[in-house]
Amino acid sequence: MIPLSWYLILAALLFCIGLFGVLARKNSVAVLMSVELMLNAVNINLLAFWRYLYLTSTAYNGFVFVVVLFAVAAAETAVGLAIIISAYRSRKTVAAEDFTALQG
Amino acid sequence: MSTAQILFLIFSAVVVAAAVMVVLSRRIMRAALWLVLALFGVALIFALLDASFFAVVQVLVYVGAIATLLIFAIMLTRGVMDDSKAQLNRGWPFALLVCLGLFGGLVYILSQWNRFNSAAPALPQDAYDLTLFGLALTSPDGYLVAFEAASVLLLAAMVGAIYLALEKRGN
Repeated sequence: MIPLSWYLILAALLFCIGLFGVLARKNSVAVLMSVELMLNAVNINLLAFWRYLYLTSTAYNGFVFVVVLFAVAAAETAVGLAIIISAYRSRKTVAAEDFTALQG
Repeated sequence: MSTAQILFLIFSAVVVAAAVMVVLSRRIMRAALWLVLALFGVALIFALLDASFFAVVQVLVYVGAIATLLIFAIMLTRGVMDDSKAQLNRGWPFALLVCLGLFGGLVYILSQWNRFNSAAPALPQDAYDLTLFGLALTSPDGYLVAFEAASVLLLAAMVGAIYLALEKRGN
């Protein structure tokens, strides 16, 4: 049987890899892909906690969290890519460090 | 070691290796394909957690929709970033330090928790009734508020994405 700790460590590792991508990648599309990795790590955690600690036939808390997170991930990708394409049209770049229009 | 443990180790090695390639690969299109592999691996992890419904949803939503969307965005903005130059910021060692620190801290804090190594309870016969889940999602006694919040979020995101990506003619 797999102990809960394995899932939690895998999720932590995946989250940290995604965080590194968000902090270090230049291309903003790659930053969005790293955010997807982080959201997936959270989903692994939620489902592992559901399976190991809250497994009852009437409470669907874990499922509801995961479903809402899927919706959030889809919305985040759609809006993020729209912003990137819109910024690309006006500035002809996708490098995150060049998006300085909001800089004070 | 049991079969489930060996499968878990194989799947998680695939997920972690693919995730590292997503972050480090020089060409953005290859990074997207590695991301597809990582998302597939996460679906397999979901299947190991007896959440087969979410494994299928993962393949449908992430691999089917989100990966396609990302590849479209990559092809629309291709050729702007020079592939031969470094794809990481100058400050990437600090980012690595932050991530290693976060990982070490997370593992340390979790290892203090007394249920860190708990084993999974046996799956009850009726633990997986998706009809009941659907009813609970839309009933006022269940999770209607979360369901409506997700619906409003999706609507707002849809309107926002259409408005942002629309080509503004005439100015």
